[in-house]
Amino acid sequence: MHEMSLAEGVLQLVEDTARRESANRVKLVVLEIGRLSSVEPEALKFCFEAVTHGSIAQGAALEILATPGAGWCMQCAETVPMTELYGACPKCGSHQVQPTGGTEMRVKEIEIE
Amino acid sequence: MCTVCGCGAGETKIEGGVLENAHEHTHVHEDGTVHTHAHDHGNDHDHSHDDAPLGVHSHTHHHSDGSEHSHAHVHDGDHAHSHGEEHHHHEHGIAGDLDYGTGPARAHVPGMSQARMVQIEQDILSKNNTYAAANRAAFDDRGIFALNLVSSPGSGKTTLLVKTIELLKDKIAISVVEGDQQTSNDAERIRATGVPALQINTGKGCHLDGHMVGHAMERLQPKDDSLFLIENVGNLVCPAAFDLGEHHKVAILSVTEGEDKPLKYPDMFAAADVMLLNKCDLLPYLEFDADLAEANARRVNPHLTIFRVSATSGDGLSAWLDWIQSGLEAQRSKRSESVDALKRRVAELERQLAAK
Repeated sequence: MHEMSLAEGVLQLVEDTARRESANRVKLVVLEIGRLSSVEPEALKFCFEAVTHGSIAQGAALEILATPGAGWCMQCAETVPMTELYGACPKCGSHQVQPTGGTEMRVKEIEIE
Repeated sequence: MCTVCGCGAGETKIEGGVLENAHEHTHVHEDGTVHTHAHDHGNDHDHSHDDAPLGVHSHTHHHSDGSEHSHAHVHDGDHAHSHGEEHHHHEHGIAGDLDYGTGPARAHVPGMSQARMVQIEQDILSKNNTYAAANRAAFDDRGIFALNLVSSPGSGKTTLLVKTIELLKDKIAISVVEGDQQTSNDAERIRATGVPALQINTGKGCHLDGHMVGHAMERLQPKDDSLFLIENVGNLVCPAAFDLGEHHKVAILSVTEGEDKPLKYPDMFAAADVMLLNKCDLLPYLEFDADLAEANARRVNPHLTIFRVSATSGDGLSAWLDWIQSGLEAQRSKRSESVDALKRRVAELERQLAAK
């Protein structure tokens, strides 16, 4: 969804940081995208390339770290691995699972010179 | 541009030919290439144009309100802008720590260059969230109850809004923001009821964001203790992720859609606090299992409050209206509490001053 807006959000954070660091060029952007977030990594890569064109981050490599999904199952009263948001608990099949990990969408770090 | 939803940027228009929330830069590069991009304004910003071969470029700024801003251009690559206009929000500093000790990592060994890694650790949506928080604070300060109505196109959002407004407008002040990719048809329908409405055209954009709504508030100047309704772009996917500063998202599902829509588009139904099952007057003519639709919605969001309504016949609307009025009442009393607290504080300070 809305990968273009997200790519622009990434670019803003990258530009702010690069400016503050007096960078000449951004070589690498590392994102942390949870497996339960609603982001399609391939679409995000496509959009990132489009929005960075003409910016300080033009040509920068984009690395996406996928963080695993986890949720708190109210029935089992424990943290269970999750492969899809709003999915069933892999142990008991209940849908009463609150996602606790894997929903993040963060700019982790950048490499500049 | 976006392969998923066709979402792009830089085409947002607020009614009246205004391009308020972003302005466009047109760059003409030495090699003759021209590109245009839009960006948001905090009070200050600067950006660099290292790609321009000799740093030669011109800027065109479109400002609707005639607001002042000055530009300092250093044409060897970097330039800074500062904007004299007062914005209702401000640029957020980078919260992440800087760790200069972290060397370049992974396969991207920079060799002998000056390359280094800089930690950012910030949420991609943090900028939108900052705008949304400012909107929410403004709503709360003024006792305004704000709702963000979301649904797929054609679920009857605007008809429902018109009906809701007609039934409430004699009791409470209402203002409306209408989001659509194109046309101001919806805002005109709302204005026909006699309440102020502002159309935002998102162009290629697929959702409203916190920044647009902040500007809409400035334009509409909603009254204290009033109801602020935001009709988002008809889209069950993207608006889920963008907080506008509303107090509740209200998802509308019509019975002419499928019962499994909450399962197909779970983000939206999980983000909403209320679901209106609309067009219920058509149930006798359809093979739609309303109980199943509700069960599906509760599967993705057990805390959902659900009302079955028909905007055309008016059935079921009284419960929805009661819910709005109690929400508004809560906002008002919250505000009067904070006003009382301020008055007590003023009285206390005056007492201290008198004692000196």
